[in-house]
Amino acid sequence: MTEKELFVQGNEACALGALKAGCTFFAGYPITPSTEIAEIMSNELPKIGGHFIQMEDEIAAVGAIIGASWAGQKVVTATSGPGFSLMQENIGYAVMTETPIVIINMQRGSPSTGQPTRSAQADMMQCRWGSHGDYETIALAPSSVQECFDYTIKAFNLAEKYRCPVFVMADEIVGHMREKITIPENIPITPRQMPEKTENYLPYDAPENGTTPMPSFGQGYNIHVTGLTHDKRGYPSTDDDQTHTQLVTRLCNKITKNTEEIVEIESQYIDDAQTIVLSYGIPSRSALTAVKQARQQGLKVGYIKLKTVWPFPAQQLQQLSKNAKRIIVPELNLGQVYLEVDRVLGKQAKVELIPKIGGALHTPKEILDKILEE
Amino acid sequence: MRTEIRIAGFGGQGVLMCGIVIAKAASLFDNKYAVQTQSYGPEARGGASRTEVVVSDEQIDYPKVENPQIFVAMSHEALIKYIDDIQEEAILLIDPDLVYQEQIQDIITQKKLQVYHSRATQTAEETIGKKIVANIVMLGSFVESTGIISVEAAKESVLDSVPKGTEELNMKAFEEGRKIVEKIN
Repeated sequence: MTEKELFVQGNEACALGALKAGCTFFAGYPITPSTEIAEIMSNELPKIGGHFIQMEDEIAAVGAIIGASWAGQKVVTATSGPGFSLMQENIGYAVMTETPIVIINMQRGSPSTGQPTRSAQADMMQCRWGSHGDYETIALAPSSVQECFDYTIKAFNLAEKYRCPVFVMADEIVGHMREKITIPENIPITPRQMPEKTENYLPYDAPENGTTPMPSFGQGYNIHVTGLTHDKRGYPSTDDDQTHTQLVTRLCNKITKNTEEIVEIESQYIDDAQTIVLSYGIPSRSALTAVKQARQQGLKVGYIKLKTVWPFPAQQLQQLSKNAKRIIVPELNLGQVYLEVDRVLGKQAKVELIPKIGGALHTPKEILDKILEE
Repeated sequence: MRTEIRIAGFGGQGVLMCGIVIAKAASLFDNKYAVQTQSYGPEARGGASRTEVVVSDEQIDYPKVENPQIFVAMSHEALIKYIDDIQEEAILLIDPDLVYQEQIQDIITQKKLQVYHSRATQTAEETIGKKIVANIVMLGSFVESTGIISVEAAKESVLDSVPKGTEELNMKAFEEGRKIVEKIN
């Protein structure tokens, strides 16, 4: 296959990315503004021998993709806020059972059913903390149609590498926006890492990076999969302090100790920047315009875009913004990732939020006005 | 150069499709940068429907339209609802059978708008025989009056976007649209 150019929606790009990454199974419950993903998967998966199931709800959707993942499939579901809430219980199950799954959330106005056809970034903390218990998560935030394609593939690769749920936290604007994308000839795809031998195989061992190779049902392995605290064999062991401590610590460490490898940050005009606009997802497009306008006025303003929001790249940000005195965070919510930025950079700079809800994107002027306030 | 385009009408007229065809033409066939966004309510038909396209020679950061230099209106409701932030000397392309131009005469004068008429719906119904291609008639008028995308790119984009078997019908609609557009002021 040669390089190909297409003019598509963000949702289509997510579906194309999933298929490119080797996805063979989708279970979901269609919801605006993510419905096109389910629609495309329902058309395309049967053609490649894959499966599409429309479930009764989103609780079942995540249940089904977890099961299919254990049957050796690469799996995805797509949703928006109300569905994402229902998914939380099984997300914890995927964390505890170390099941690679990808969840795409096209965020919309919320709480509850809110604004189905308008944009928001108000599920960012839910993505981080939505299921009960101590756990770490990986979340990517696309700001263009090309990134919808690229990050969905990256999400699949990370899910396989770390055996965990990975989230593509997009929004209504990028989901319904159309732009040209380039599909490169060669895209690195991480295959499922299978164990080498069936004898003495421990499905929840703790190797170097914390991730154990994963067999599929039907391959001859004796496996027990449970959400209960389990030992290295997968057998429940719920009253031993040590077993629980080791397991949950390892599950967190396999993400946090690999933060540097997982996270990606884009920065521009950073070297002499006194003020930095730090954003993720779609507002970063307004932010970049505002930063360029500020530079034209001779102001020392820089731009940071978090491609990966979770795990939070604390050290990387401290390093990148060490000379800055102000950090401005535009978000399509009333302040979520801002709190994390303030926690990490609040001691070295003044961190200021530009909240926005209601469905529209920050205009470059709104961000420029904030830059000019001081 | 960055050009901001807004196309508005009521749901079901093919307004969205018209925007997609323009943006696709610019980006895939004219080798420019283009972003198409949309705004819609929960209704499938009826209600005001709006699509916006940004076309530029450079990479497009901010993807939305703030002050359109080109506004295409296919319903009076949409025209009134979305005209306020139009730029001075912008091109206003309207279907005169669907809008009451006299109601916006003040803003036309005040902002020195260049007004074009395209009787797209009537032409689609009577000349082409299919009301459904009114959006492609309007596209032809758009290309002729604005020159923002090339005729060739527009045609390729139409052919790339319409259902198989309707190519000839849509090409006829496009050519008719180019012919019927009139500058009014």
